Amino acid sequence: MTAAATTVGAGSAGLRRQQLFGFVYLALAAIIAVAFGAATEPGATSSFELNAPRVAVQLPPLVVPSAPTAYALAGLCAFLGAVQLTRGFGARNAVVLGAVVLLFIAGFLVWAASTRSMNLVGVLQGTLQRATPITFAALAGVLCERAGVVNIAIEGMLLTGAFVAAVAASATGSPWIGIIAAVVVGALLAALLAVLSIRYRVDQIIAGTVINIFAIGMTSFLSARVLQRRPELNNPDRLGPIQIPLLSDIPVVGPIVFNNNVFVYAMFVLVVLIHVALFKTRWGLRVRAVGEHPKAADTVGIDVLRTRYQNVILGGMLAGVGGAFLVLGSTGRFDREMTAGRGFIGLAAMIFGGWAPVGSFFASLVFGFADSLQARLSILNVPIPSELLLMVPYVVTILVVAGLVGRARAPAADGRPYEKE
Amino acid sequence: MKLELQGITKRFPGVVANEGVDLVVEPGEIHALLGENGAGKTTLMNVLYGLYRPDEGEILLDGRSVTFHDPGDAIAAGIGMVHQHFMLVPVFTVTENVMLGAESTRGFGGLLDVADARRRIVEVSERHGLRVDPDALVEDLPVGVRQRVEIIKALYRRSDVLILDEPTAVLTPQEGEELFAIMRSLARSGTSIIFITHKLNEVLQVADRITVLRRGRVAGTTTPGTTSREQLAAMMVGRSVQLQVDKAPSEPAGTVLEIKGLVVCDDRDHVAVDGLDLTVHAGEIACIAGVQGNGQTELVEAVTGLRPVSAGTVTLDGRPITAHPRRVFEAGCAHVPEDRLEDGLVPGFTIADNLVLNSYYLAPYATGLRLERHAILQRAREQVAQYDVRTPSVFNDVANLSGGNQQKVIVAREFSRPIRLLVAAQPTRGLDVGSIEYIHRRIVEKRDEGTAVLIVSTELDEVLALADRIAVMYQGRIVAILDPAEATPERLGLLMGGARPEEGLDPEAQEIAAAAASAG
Amino acid sequence: MAAVPERPTRPGLTRQAVTFGRGLLLPALAILTALILGALVIVLSDPDLVTLFGVDPVAALGASWDLVAAAYGALIAGSIGNPGDLVGALAAGDLDAFVAALDPISVTLQRSTPLIFAGLSVALAFRSGLFNIGAEGQLYLGALFAVFVGFSFPGLPFFIHIPLAVAAGFLGGALWGFIPGFLKARTGAHEVIVTIMLNYVAYRLIDLALKTDVFQRPGREDPISKEVVESAALPPLIPGLAAGVHWGLVIALIAAAVVSWLLFRSTKGFEFRAVGLNPQAARYAGIDTGRTVILAMAVCGGLAGLAGTSEVLGSNRRLVSGLSPGYGFDAIALALLGRSRPLGVVAAALLFGALRAGATPMQAATGIPIDLVVVVQALVIMFIAAPALVRGLYRIRAGRTTGTEVFSKGWGT
Repeated sequence: MTAAATTVGAGSAGLRRQQLFGFVYLALAAIIAVAFGAATEPGATSSFELNAPRVAVQLPPLVVPSAPTAYALAGLCAFLGAVQLTRGFGARNAVVLGAVVLLFIAGFLVWAASTRSMNLVGVLQGTLQRATPITFAALAGVLCERAGVVNIAIEGMLLTGAFVAAVAASATGSPWIGIIAAVVVGALLAALLAVLSIRYRVDQIIAGTVINIFAIGMTSFLSARVLQRRPELNNPDRLGPIQIPLLSDIPVVGPIVFNNNVFVYAMFVLVVLIHVALFKTRWGLRVRAVGEHPKAADTVGIDVLRTRYQNVILGGMLAGVGGAFLVLGSTGRFDREMTAGRGFIGLAAMIFGGWAPVGSFFASLVFGFADSLQARLSILNVPIPSELLLMVPYVVTILVVAGLVGRARAPAADGRPYEKE
Repeated sequence: MKLELQGITKRFPGVVANEGVDLVVEPGEIHALLGENGAGKTTLMNVLYGLYRPDEGEILLDGRSVTFHDPGDAIAAGIGMVHQHFMLVPVFTVTENVMLGAESTRGFGGLLDVADARRRIVEVSERHGLRVDPDALVEDLPVGVRQRVEIIKALYRRSDVLILDEPTAVLTPQEGEELFAIMRSLARSGTSIIFITHKLNEVLQVADRITVLRRGRVAGTTTPGTTSREQLAAMMVGRSVQLQVDKAPSEPAGTVLEIKGLVVCDDRDHVAVDGLDLTVHAGEIACIAGVQGNGQTELVEAVTGLRPVSAGTVTLDGRPITAHPRRVFEAGCAHVPEDRLEDGLVPGFTIADNLVLNSYYLAPYATGLRLERHAILQRAREQVAQYDVRTPSVFNDVANLSGGNQQKVIVAREFSRPIRLLVAAQPTRGLDVGSIEYIHRRIVEKRDEGTAVLIVSTELDEVLALADRIAVMYQGRIVAILDPAEATPERLGLLMGGARPEEGLDPEAQEIAAAAASAG
Repeated sequence: MAAVPERPTRPGLTRQAVTFGRGLLLPALAILTALILGALVIVLSDPDLVTLFGVDPVAALGASWDLVAAAYGALIAGSIGNPGDLVGALAAGDLDAFVAALDPISVTLQRSTPLIFAGLSVALAFRSGLFNIGAEGQLYLGALFAVFVGFSFPGLPFFIHIPLAVAAGFLGGALWGFIPGFLKARTGAHEVIVTIMLNYVAYRLIDLALKTDVFQRPGREDPISKEVVESAALPPLIPGLAAGVHWGLVIALIAAAVVSWLLFRSTKGFEFRAVGLNPQAARYAGIDTGRTVILAMAVCGGLAGLAGTSEVLGSNRRLVSGLSPGYGFDAIALALLGRSRPLGVVAAALLFGALRAGATPMQAATGIPIDLVVVVQALVIMFIAAPALVRGLYRIRAGRTTGTEVFSKGWGT
C-alpha cells in the first residue's frame, strides 16, 4: 500500500483503541437507555411473535415490558463498556463487540416492537432469504481473492446470472436448466475477467468495471428488446421451499432453517465445503499460497496462472447461482438492475468475514438482517426512515475496511498481476 | 548426484546474462559460484531451477540430459533452491510452507495430513541440526530461522543438489558460521551444494571448488587451496581493483548532527534502534558499519524524518529535526536513500521533474502554486551536464536510465545545493565499478566543502575506503567507534557480530571475524 | 494513467504529428470495433431476424443492414443532426430554421456537460494513483447541495446566486470525496470499496432528503425537490433552444482548463502525480502523501459534484432520485478513453454525450433500447484497457508503450 497507510505504533494505538471502544460501548448504552428505553410509553410492552404460519408446535408470543427491558439491556452494555475501559477484554475483544452489537439490536427491537407485535420468525426468515445472494457473491469473492484476483465484477455476474436464469428457465420450463445456464454464463463472464486481467494484464478494477457496465447494459438492452416483446420468456417456475421432515417442526429454528428452497440448502453446504476446502486441503493450501505469495508458489511448482483462472471461473459460477436465486428462488422474474448492489455488498461481507467462507456467511447474515428488519419495520409503521436502515450495510462495510471495526487482512498479493520474469 | 551444465546461454532483450557457461558439480561437493552483482549467477541458477529456459546448452544429471519446463520438474529431479529473497508465505506456519507443493494428504479430497508433514519436518531438522518450531508462523521468525525453513523445504523434497543464493547476505557472522556447519554436514551426507556469493572469504572458508563468473561467462574454476583473495578478486572484476578513495585527512569542525538516546521502532513495532548516541561533525565522513537488519534502516529513516521517533532527540546544528521529511530537507539535510527506484525516484516522471522532486515548490522552480517550467528545465540541463548523466534529453523517463545514471540523478538532486548534512544509505549498491568510484569522489568532495556526511553501508570495503570515523552498529546500538587507521576487517567483523570492543581476539573469534570481514 | 509517458523526448514536429496520429488510431479503432459489435448485438437480439437467417440468409443480411443503418442513422441524426439542414437554413438566411437544426448538437453538448465534469474527476484521481468509483455518489451530493442553494434564497442576483450554488455543489461533492481520501490516508482503507459503498449511501441519503419538508416539493408524494429559482438557473447557451446546452458547458470547459493547469503546471499537480506514480518516493521527497491523497480525492469529489450541479441548475432545475443515468460510471470509461488528460476527457465526453443524445431518438425511431449505448461504452473501455485485443484484431504492431499501468495495489491496508 501507499506510504500514506503507515500506521502508528500498535502499542499505544492498542491502548487508545481499547479506550475508544469502551467509550463507544458506553455511548451505545446511553442510546439504548434514552432513545429506546425512555422513548417508549410507560407501561408499554413489546411483543414478539415466535411462530411461523402453519406449524405444528405453537409457541406463545414473547412479551416483555418495553422500558425496563431496554434499561436492563443498557445496563449490561454499560457494564461491558466499563470493563472495557478499565481492564479490557484482551483476546475476547471480538466476542464482546459482537455481544454489544446484539444488545444494541435487542434494544432497538424492544423499542420498535413497543405497543406492537413483531414477528421475529418472519424477520429471521427474511434475513436468511436476503443473505443468500449476498453469501453467494461473498463466496465468489473469497474464491477469487484468495487466489489473488480482485473481482468487483460479481455484481455484473449476479445480474447476468439472474437474466439468463429467467430466460432459460422460462424457455425450457425447467428452473434447473435456468440454474445451469446461469452457472455457465457466470463462468463465461469470469473467464472474460480472467483473460483480461491475467492474460492482457488489464487492471483488475478496470476489467471488473467493464464487465459490470457491460452486464448492466446488455441485460437492460435485452430485457427491453426481447423480454418486453416476449413476456413469456420472463415467467419462470420458481423453486419453492422444501420442508425437511421433523427438523422443520422444531420451534423457531425449524421454520427458519429447515423450510427453505434448494438455493439456501446449497448455500449451507457450499459455505462449509469451501471453508474446509480452503483451509484443510491441498487445493486450498495452494490457492492461498498463490494469493499470498505467488512467486513462492511458483518456485515449488504450483501453476499460479492456472490456479487463478480456475478460481476466478469457479467464483463466476457461484455468482451465477446467486443471480439465479434472485429470480428462481425469490422474485420469480427478471427486472432491470435487480441486483441493486448485492454483488458489492457481497464483497463487503467477504471483507467483513475476513476472506473466509464461514465469516463471510455470518457477515452476510448481518447485512441480510438489516435489510429484512427494514422491510418489517416499514410494514409495522415504525417511525424510522427505512433509508437509514438500508444504509447500515454500507456504513458498516466502510468501518470494516477502515479497520475501525474488526481487523481485516487481505491476501498479500490480492489485486496484483503475477508475471514470470 | 553429479550435475553438469554445458554451454548454457541465456539472453534477455538487450542483454546476454549467461554465455556458454560450463559448470560441473560433483556429488557431496560444496561448489562456490562467485561473481559481482550482475555477473549472471542468479540467472544461471534460475535456468538450473527451471524458472528460465536456456537459449542454448544443456543440463546433465548423472550424465543424462534433462529439460526443466518449470520448477516442478527441477524439484522432481532432485534440485532444491534457497532463494536470496525467501520464498515463504509469511502467514503460513513452517509446516505449511515446507509441505506446500509436496503435501501429505490423507483420505478423500486431498485433506492435508499436517501431523505427517510435521513428523517428517522434525525428522529432517533433527538429522541436520536445523532447529525450528514446525508450528510457528513464518512471519514471527527471525531471518536466520527463515533460512533454515528454506533449507528444510529443499531437504523435505529429498534434494540431491541444493542451491543457496547469497545465503549470508542477511546473516550475522555467527549465523553464517552455523550455516556453514550445516552445509558441511549436508555435503558429508552426499548432497551437492552450489553456494552463490560475492564474498571472497566465505568462498575460501567453505567451498571445495570455486567457479568465478564475470559478465555472464566463466572466468575460471579453481580450489581454495590453490588461490588467494587477491586472485579471486582479480578474476571477479577482470582487473585488480583496489577500492581506494583519494582523500585528504578530514578536518572535522563543529558538531552538525547530534543523536541522543534515540529509540525507533520498526514496522512491526519492535524496537529497532535502542538508545543510540552518535555525533557527526562538519567536514567528516562517519560510516555506520553493520550487518543488514541491525536497525540501520530505521536509524536513517528517523534522522531523515521518515519514521517517528519513540524517544530521544536528533538535532541538526542544534535545532531538533524529526517528524517530517520536508522540515529535515529544509534544515539542510540531503538524503540518498537505500533503494533508488522505490524511494529515490519517481519512474514515469522525466529526469527534469525528478531533479526537483523535493524542491519543486521553492523559488525559482515555483511562484506560488505555479511551476516554473523554464527554471526547472534549465536546472535539469545544467545538472545533467555537470553530473554526467547519460541521456539523450532531460525529458526522458528516469525509469529508462541505467542504475548508475539513476544514482547520478539522485546525487545531482541532493548534492547541488548548500547542505549541512548528507545521509546516504548503501550509496553504491548494485553499481558498476566506474559508478562506484564516481559516487565516492562526489561524497568526498562534499565533505571537503564542510558537509557532515553519514554513510550507512554493509560493504566493509566501502566503509574502510570512505570513512573518517567508523561507528559499528549492532542490535540497534553503536557498540564501538573506531578510527579507520586502527580498524581492520577482522576487528570490524567481530564487532559487527556483537563482540564487545574490549574483548581480545582469541583464535576462534578470529575465524568468525574472517567470515564477517568478507562482507565486502 | 501512466501508460503514455507524459512528456516524451521532444521529437521533430512531423514525428510529433505521427505520434499524435498513432495515439488517436487506437481509440478510433476501439470505438469502431465497439460499434460493429453493437450492430451485431442489434441483429442478434431480433428474434425475427435470427429466424430469417435460417430461412433466407441473403434477405436476412439485407434486413440486418437496413435495421443497423436505421438505428445508427437515427443515432447520428439525434446527436449531430443533418448538416444539410444547417447549410440550407444558413443559405436561406432563416435563423429559426438554423437554430432548430442545431437542436441535436445542442442536446449532445448538454449530455456531454456532466460527463466532462465526471470524467475530469476520475482522470484526476487516476493521475493521483487513486480509483474514484464514487463519482456517482459525489455527483448526487453535489446536486443535493446545489439544489438546496438553488431553491433557497430567491431574490439574490444571478451573479451571486449562480456562483454560490455552483460552489455549494462543488463542496457537496468534495465532502463525499473527502471521506474516502481521509480514510485511505489515515487508515489505509482502499478507496475502491469505500467509494462504492458511499455511492449506495448517497442514493439512500438522496431518497431520505427528498422525503423531508426541506427538499420535497410541496404537495408531492414522490421524491422530487423544489424547483431551482430563476436566479440560480444556468441559462441556455443557444438563445432560442431552451431545452438544450446551457452555461454549464462553459463551466465544464473552464474546469477542464483548470484541471489541466492544476495537474501539469502547478505544484499541487506535481504532488498529485508524484504520489500517483510512486508514493514512497514522494514521501521521501518531503511530500505529505496523506494530505495529497485527501486533497486529490476532495477535488475529484468536487468535480463530480459539479456534474450533479450542472444537471440540477441547468438541465433539470430540480433533483430527482434518478438524476444520473450512470454518468459516474461512464466517467471511468471517459478517463480511460481520454488517457486521463483533460483535453482527452473533453473529447471522449463529447463522443459519449453524442451517444447518449442519439440513443433516445434511436429508440423512438427503431425501437432499439437506449441501453445499447451502455453496451457500446463497455466495449470501448475494454478495447482501450486491453489494447492488445485491438492490435491483434487489426494486426497493428505494438508501439513503444510501456504497457498497462497497475493501479490497484490490493485491498486492505
